[in-house]
This record gives sequence, C-alpha cells and structure tokens, in this order.
Amino acid sequence: MSEKFTLDGQEILFRAGQTIIQAAQDAGAWIPHLCYHPEFKPHGSCKLCTVTVNGRHMASCTTQAAAGQVVESNTEALNGERRTLLQMLFVEGNHFCPSCEKSGDCKLQATAYELGMMTPHFDHFYPSRPVDASHPEVLLDFNRCILCSLCVRASRDVDGKCVFALSGRGIGTRLVVNAASGRLVDTDVAMDDKALSVCPVGVILKKRRGFAVPIGERTYDQAPISEVKE
Amino acid sequence: MSEKNAVPVEVLSPILKRWRNDPSALVQILREVQESLDWISPPVIDALTRALKLPYSKIEGVAGFYSFFYTRPRGHYRVLFADNIVERMAGSAALIERMCRNLWVEKGKVSEDGLLSVDTTSCIGMGDQGPALLVNNLAVPKLTEARIDQLCELIRGKVPLAAWPAELFAVDDNIHQRGLLLDHALAPGDALRAAQARCAWGGAGSGPNALVEALRQARLRGRGGAGYPTALKWESCRNAPLAAGKERIVVCNADEGEPGTFKDRVLLNTQADLVFEGMTVAAHALGAKRGFLYLRGEYRYLLEPLQAVLDRRRAAGLLGRAILGVAGADFDIEIHLGAGAYVCGEESALIESLEGKRGTPRNRPPFPVTNGYLDQPTVVDNVETFACAALIAQHGGECFAGIGTAESTGTKLLSISGDVARPGIYEFPFGVTVGEVLAACGAVDTQAVQVGGPSGTCLGVAEFGRRIAFEDVPSAGAFMVFDSRRDMFEVARNFTHFFAHESCGFCTPCRVGTPLLKNLMDKLANGHGSPYDFAEIENMNHLLRQMSHCGLGHSACNPVLDTIARFRPAYERRLSNQSFEPAFDLDRALAPARQMTGRDDEGAHLSIHCEEDQ
Repeated sequence: MSEKFTLDGQEILFRAGQTIIQAAQDAGAWIPHLCYHPEFKPHGSCKLCTVTVNGRHMASCTTQAAAGQVVESNTEALNGERRTLLQMLFVEGNHFCPSCEKSGDCKLQATAYELGMMTPHFDHFYPSRPVDASHPEVLLDFNRCILCSLCVRASRDVDGKCVFALSGRGIGTRLVVNAASGRLVDTDVAMDDKALSVCPVGVILKKRRGFAVPIGERTYDQAPISEVKE
Repeated sequence: MSEKNAVPVEVLSPILKRWRNDPSALVQILREVQESLDWISPPVIDALTRALKLPYSKIEGVAGFYSFFYTRPRGHYRVLFADNIVERMAGSAALIERMCRNLWVEKGKVSEDGLLSVDTTSCIGMGDQGPALLVNNLAVPKLTEARIDQLCELIRGKVPLAAWPAELFAVDDNIHQRGLLLDHALAPGDALRAAQARCAWGGAGSGPNALVEALRQARLRGRGGAGYPTALKWESCRNAPLAAGKERIVVCNADEGEPGTFKDRVLLNTQADLVFEGMTVAAHALGAKRGFLYLRGEYRYLLEPLQAVLDRRRAAGLLGRAILGVAGADFDIEIHLGAGAYVCGEESALIESLEGKRGTPRNRPPFPVTNGYLDQPTVVDNVETFACAALIAQHGGECFAGIGTAESTGTKLLSISGDVARPGIYEFPFGVTVGEVLAACGAVDTQAVQVGGPSGTCLGVAEFGRRIAFEDVPSAGAFMVFDSRRDMFEVARNFTHFFAHESCGFCTPCRVGTPLLKNLMDKLANGHGSPYDFAEIENMNHLLRQMSHCGLGHSACNPVLDTIARFRPAYERRLSNQSFEPAFDLDRALAPARQMTGRDDEGAHLSIHCEEDQ
C-alpha cells in the first residue's frame, strides 16, 4: 500500500483494487453515501457519493482508486448537488421523520442534516405505497424506500435467497418480495437474514420493538453521520 | 377465463422447450407467454420459477421493467397509440378519442368487459406513416378515421388478429434517396467471400486483422449516434482475453428507440442480408460463433420475415456450420425482441436484456468489448454499422473513406418525418447541410429541425447551414421537421414526457429528475410558469448532466434548453407571473372529484365560482 491519491488535498493511501470510497473510509474520511455499504458489492445508484476525479464527476463507490488522482468531495458545489439528490429522495417517497421509528438511526435523515438540507424544495410525489404487515415479526413500510437495493444485495449475496427485488421502472420503480401473493409472510425470509438488518431508512422494521432507544439517544443523535464508523 | 389459478401447461411447455429452459432467455419467454395468454399472471410466474429455477421476485422484477409486459390483465386487444410529437401533429389525439368513444373505453384503463385497453406508448418507428398504433405489439400505420372505425369493428367482433385484413399491417419503406447502402449490388455471400479472400476465418490468431484494417482505412464510425470508431471496437474485442469456456459475441443493436428514427426498420426490411452479412463479417474478424439481433419490440412484425432470411442463409451455407464450406467457420444468429424499453438501446442495458434481466445500464468499466454478454467479449454495433461493414469487406476501406467528410466517412440514412412533403428514408453522404436535406424532402416554411431525436439537437433557421456529421451535428438518424405553425414549447414538453416514461429508474437523478422536469413543463403548459422555473430547469439540467448514470439522464434536458435558447417567446407567453407562481391549482386538483360525479359544468369549477363571489 504505497500508491496514493488526494482527497480534498489530503493524501490517501490505497491498495490495488480498492475503490475511491473504500480507500477514503479506511483513511477515516467520509464521503456521503446511501446505497454503498462496505460489506456489499457496490451498486452505484444513489449517486450521493459522486466526487470529481481530475475534474470529472464519478461515483466514488464504483470508481477504482488510481495513483495521482485529484479527488474533490467536500466542496460547496458537490454538497449542493448532493442536497438536491437528497431532496429528490425525500419527495419521491413519503417521509415523515417525527413519526418514524427509524428517526435518529436513519441514514437519509442523518445525511440530510449533515449536508444542511433545510427544505424538500420540490413538489412531493405522494406515491401510494401500501405497507406490508403480513409477517408476524417484520413490518415493511415501503413509503420510506429509497431503492438503494441493499436488502436486495444482502439477501442475494449473503443469505443466498432473493427475498427482495426491484420491479417497475422509472419513478414507478418499487421494492417487491419473493412471493406470488406479494406478501412477506409468504416468502422464505428468516429472522436471522442479513437482509433484515441493512435498510438505511425505515422500510424494514422488527415488530414490537418500537422506540426501545429513546429519541435523543440514537446513533445520529450522539454524533453526526460523518463521524460514525460503519 | 376458466379456472383462475390454472396454468396452461400446453402453452408454457413448447415455449420453454424452444428456449431450452434457459433463464437468460427470460425476456423472450415472457414475451411469448404474453402473446399466448394476454398477460403474465402470478400463477404463470410461479410456474416459470420452477421451470427456469429463478426466484419469483426476479421474474416479477423483469416483467415489471418492460412497458410491454403486463402483470395485470390489460385486455385481449391491447392498443397502444404512438405518442411522439410527429404523431400528435398528425392528429393522433383525435383518433385516440374516436377509438375510446367508439369502444366505450377510457384511455389508460381496461374496458368493463375486459376485452381491450387503449393507451399511448413512445414512438414506434412509424413517423413517416403516422399516426400509428400497436395492437398486441403489431404495428398498424397510416391511421385515418375510417381505419380507426374498421379496427373498432374488428375488436368489437372479437376477430382474431390473424384474421384481420393484411393491408392493415402493411408498412411502406418510403425510400426517397438511395446511396452506397441502399443501392449496393451485392448478392448474399459476396462480402463473405471477399472477407475470406482478405484473411482466414478468425483472422489467424492475434496481430493485425485484414478486416479490422479495412474498417480502419474506411474510418468507419458507429451509426448509433456516439460515433465510436468501429475498427477500435472490433480490435479491442478481438484482443480481449478469453477465459476457459468463453467465446466472443456479435450483437446487432436494432433497438431503434430514439423518437423519430425508423431507418433500421427499413434497412432490416429491405437489406436484411446485408446486415446479417455484416454481422458474419464481424464474426469472421473476431472468430465469434454466436450472434444476436436485438430487435425492438415495436418491430415484432419483422420477426418472421427476418427469421426466414436467416433460414435462407443457413440453407445457402452463409450461416451455421462451416460457412462457405470453410471448416471451423461456424456462426449463427438468434433474434431477441425487446419489450418497450428505450434505455435498452444503450449497449450495456441491451446486454442485460439479452441476458434476461431488467434493462439497466451497467457500471463501466469494464466495457462490453471485454465483459459483455454473459461476461464474454462482445461487440455491439448498430444495424447500419454492420451494413457498412459488409460493404467495406467487399469494396475495401479506401472507396468508403472517399465519401463524406474527413471525420465522418460514408453515408448516413436519415429518417425524415414531420412537416415535409415526402417523409421517409434519405441516404446522404455525411456533410450534407440541414438546408439541403430540407430541400430534398420538400420542407417549406420550416422553423426548426430536431436532429438525432429528443436526445439530439434542435436547430433553428439560422443553423440550417450546419452539416450532418460527427464533427458538427451528429445524428443516429432522426430528422424531425417543424414548420412555423408548430409550438416548439409543446415539442420540448412531449420530449420531457418521453424521458420520464423511459428512465430506467436505477439512479436517483434520472429517476426523480426526469419526472420533475416533466412536471415543470406541465406547470408552464398549465399557465403557472414564472422566470423562476427557467432557473429550475437550468439547475435540473446541471444535476442530470453531472450525476446521471447514463446518456438518457445526461441528455434529458437537451430539448428544453435548446428550445429555450432558440424559441424563448414560446415559453415566455406561458409565464403568468414575473417572480414566482406555485404549481398547485385548486380547481385542477378537483378534477378527480368532477370525474367521479360525472360533472363538468360551470358550477363544478372552483375558479369560476371564486370570480363570481368577488
């Protein structure tokens, strides 16, 4: 590990094969992201981790680190673009933070706070996304889904199943479960599935576990997301 | 429908057998299932999960992606009117209304008796003979009121499609100007024999290949729009390392989805041999054994004729085993159909679709030339590019390079539609000016031309001296003409609806940004615009250009920015306020209530009441 690139002027060492975001995380630098998770294959869809590499916009989760790259991330221009992406994610779904069990543990909310998103800016789409309460232990509230596909990847790559998948297209893209009935209770999901614990927002919730940690003492109440190790 | 959960095994079995129970043929299997059963029901998906060993969620994900696949009943007759701006200009809206009224069905919904549905779709490649529609994915062009009434009678009478008069489905070629491609004198096999004379099949190992060198000498660039040098692409694929059990693949991109483009339709109808010959020349250069033609679903009617051409070529020893009698020269072509997804014209999305997946563009690198179809080195070229390659194999690169301009050699097929006397196909040498094209097709009083479709460039009168060429105005083939009667704002608005409909939904900026842009344009159309909205459009363009995953998002704002720059008055007369105007309109929000109560009288409108009260 001797090669390096610069991230906002700071030298970052990387191993061959690492992506920019992996090397940055190893060095303790935070690049905002939602669909990226160190344990899973990068997807590159939320685009929040976009940085400029030698002046060009690239998703840092899918771009290989290379010696001598000049990477910029924490700039006003990029953070402004990220705020717009966050606003898009907020208006695309139905997000009511004050009544959400995930509030304080939610990466979407925490990233929006960190990047200073003050309003949703755009008109809301108010999609109709019924919840799935069929399963005795797990509630699915699709209203909050940001289509990051982490649960899809976790189910496929770790659990060896396909409990979750994306269907639809465009603004109609939606999360579906692996059953003809469309209900989680009819799938092969198991309570120890990795897929049940990776949702960055409040879609996949364990039932009867509401507000076990009080608001104010949750993950991102303690420290901003940029300082919380993943 | 008899038994609700009955799975008709007699329908599924032959389809599955034909596609060898191969999960990578999922898109084709779903298409054929729907052709027989009208829709893809949960019990059918369930049966497919067992036969193909795919999870239910995966099949549902694929079926849900393509707009021509229905996971809910859409009627026995599924009518989709082409909704490109050219069809609208030709009066499609009145024809849609006529059919809906005639058949007592609401647009977008299924009729009460479940017999039919009427809806719109993107351009179906019939811009030269519109308005046009698809019925169960078969094109019916040249629509008139009389023809609509005739269709309604057939549907009402529940006449099977196979028994409909053939003239309804007759598509004209409308070739008005021929050049190199459309006027060649090659017989099937000529170019292959010429290729064989240049070098041995497979090009005898690594090192320079005579066919690739001929392409390089011709300076041939891809005809799909991006203009990548074909020789480089073929060479990269040729030189890509092959893992054990892997092979090189040749793919012809006939997913001609850019609105206003229909030249591949005509090439495939009139020059299929030349196109297949070009693909076989590519196989010759690469040592490929397997090829695909990815044909857009809107051209379903071309499937059987094209398969007949392939059969004929096999019988003539030009395809299959030992081509031209040369041992080891084995190559065959399979035709896959798309199912209503513009984004599959992007080569990596096309490959995903060929593999039976959702047509989402891949992360690159790696590129298809090294990791394409099923992770194998793959060349994906446009229909027209392969036709050019066949001619170059025959005549050599030099004569091809002598036509056109320095950076854009050869000829270009233009699909001309809109306000012209003679819409259709025109073959010009590259470098022709827009004005020369307009004169050739009989356009008068032209105010604008959209070159290259919605993702291309909109040109005004002052720019008609510009040239169709990669170094000036590039085009995959669309050339839509608008005379001075047309409202260029409505043209751009139509295109924003197109992009929102076709966004694959993978990345945030395009998934959410394209419908936001559409809503912005609708806001202006509804008379709620203000200068503030121009800034919003600029911001959206910036974001989509910087952050989107593929070209669809990158270019989605082009038509709006182009028309604002050139036809600003068309926008300005829609501004109701000089600072800010909200999009929300209480009276419009009450439209669903009016529809539910069946009222549309004055008293059911809020704004009129308010004015009276004041």
